[in-house]
Amino acid sequence: MSKVIEGLHYAESHEWVKVDGDIATIGISDYAQHALGNIVYVDMPEVGDEIEAGDVFGAVESVKAASDLICPVSGEVVEINEDLEDTPDAINNDAFENWIMKVKMSNPAEVEALLDAAAYEKLCENE
Amino acid sequence: MEEQIQKTCLHDRHVAQGALMSPFAGFDMPIQYVGITEEHNAVRQHVGVFDVSHMGEVRVKGPDAYKFVSHIFVNDVTGAPDGQIFYGMMCYENGGTVDDLLVYKVNDEEYFLVINASNIDKDVAWIKKNAEGFNVTITDQSPYYAEVAIQGPEAEETVERVLGITVKDIPFYNFKTFPVNGEEIIVSRTGYTGEDGFEVYGSHDYIRNVWDKLMQAGVQACGLGCRDTLRFEVGLPLYGDELSADISPIEASLSMFVKLDKPEFIGKEALAAQKAEGVKRRIVGLELEGNAIPRHGYPVEVNGEAIGEITTGYRSISTGKSVAMAMINKPYDKLGTEVEVRIRKKTFPAKVVKKRFYDKSYKK
Repeated sequence: MSKVIEGLHYAESHEWVKVDGDIATIGISDYAQHALGNIVYVDMPEVGDEIEAGDVFGAVESVKAASDLICPVSGEVVEINEDLEDTPDAINNDAFENWIMKVKMSNPAEVEALLDAAAYEKLCENE
Repeated sequence: MEEQIQKTCLHDRHVAQGALMSPFAGFDMPIQYVGITEEHNAVRQHVGVFDVSHMGEVRVKGPDAYKFVSHIFVNDVTGAPDGQIFYGMMCYENGGTVDDLLVYKVNDEEYFLVINASNIDKDVAWIKKNAEGFNVTITDQSPYYAEVAIQGPEAEETVERVLGITVKDIPFYNFKTFPVNGEEIIVSRTGYTGEDGFEVYGSHDYIRNVWDKLMQAGVQACGLGCRDTLRFEVGLPLYGDELSADISPIEASLSMFVKLDKPEFIGKEALAAQKAEGVKRRIVGLELEGNAIPRHGYPVEVNGEAIGEITTGYRSISTGKSVAMAMINKPYDKLGTEVEVRIRKKTFPAKVVKKRFYDKSYKK
C-alpha cells in the first residue's frame, strides 16, 4: 500500500506540493515511485527557469521508461535537489523526503485546485 | 473488435510469483519479477530463465525444403551439417524486413523456423504465399510449442542438473532433440542476451514442469524488461526498433547475415543494389555525455537539423553509460562523429560508437 501524507497538495499527475509561504516544494508521490520502479535518472529544470502550471518541467526515469514531471503551480525555480543527480533512487526510498525542486509561486491560489490527501488516495485506489 | 490477449502456458506461474504483467505482441507477458536491474545482473553474472513461449515456430518439410528456405532466407544454409542454426532475415522484394528469425536445420528436407511473436500471422502468411510451386508443407506449430530461455554463465551447469540432460556437447548455434516421456524436446545453444545459454522448446506440460523445477532450484525468473536491456547492450536488433518493413538488414548494419553470393532469394536485387550503391542511412551506436537517457523516437541532430532518431536507448545496466542505437543519415554514421540527441527541451552531446556496449561472452 502506497503512503499518502496529510497536509500536502497532490496533482492528478502524481506530483505533491508542500506550501511554505509563497514557496512550493515539489516531488513525486510514493504511488508514482512505486509504479515507476527503480529510478535511474531525474531530469530537473535549472534554477531561474520560469514555469507555468501544467508545463513539463523534467522527467523521472526508470530503466524502462521516462515519465514526464508536470508542474502543478506557476512560478520561478529557486532551488533543485542536487542530491538526486548522484542518487536518483533516493526517491524510491522516500518519495516525500526527497523533493525535486522548489518554486517561488506567482499565483499561490493555484494550490487550491489540487487534491488533498484523502482525494488523492481515492484517485490512486481507482487507477 | 479488440483481439483477445493471449496467455502463455506459464501465465499462472508469473501471476502467482507477483510479476509485473503487461501486453506484448498480443500476449500478457511478465515485464519483471523483482526488478529489471537484479534480473539483468543475474543473467550477466549467474543464470536466469525467461518465458519466451510467445515466440512463433514454423516447420518446413518436404523434398524442396532446402530450396525453399534458401528462397525466403537471406543467410545461406548450404552445406550445413544437420543440427546447425542460422540467424538471418526474411525480406520483401524491396529489401524491407519481413522478420528476423532463427533457422534450425533438422536435415535437408526439414527446417524449424523460430519467428517473432508480433509477426506470427504475417510471417506464416508470407511463408505460405511464397511456398507456391515448392514441394514443401508449412506447419505453424506456435500453438503447440512453449519455450524457455536459460541464459547466463551458469546456464550449461543449470540445464544439465535441473533438466537432467547432457548439453555440454551442443556447440554454439547448434541444437539437439531429446525424447522425454514420449515427446521430442528441442534444446539449442542460442539466446538473446549476449551470454552463453540455451533455448528449450517442448509441449506446454513439459515446459511447465521445467519452469517449476528451475524455480525450485532457485534460478532467477527474468521478464521482458531485462530481455531488452540485455539484447540491447550487445547490439542485437529488435524487430520494430532496428528492423522493420521499412528498414532493410543493410540499413540495420546486419549485412554480414545477407549472403549476396547466393544464386537467388527474395529481396536479393534490392539488397545487392543497397550494398553496391550504399544506403542513405544506417543503424549505429551512440554514447551520450552525461546522465540523460535517450529513448526510442528521440531526434538526433547536427546543428539543430534532424539527421536521425533513436531506435533503442538505455542507461546501460552493465556499464552505467547512457547509450543508444540510432538510425542516422549518412555521412553522420562514421565512428566518432559528434551529434546531439534531443531529450525533451534540451539537447545533449553524443558521439557515434560501435553498437556493442558490452562484450558478448558466448561459449564457442
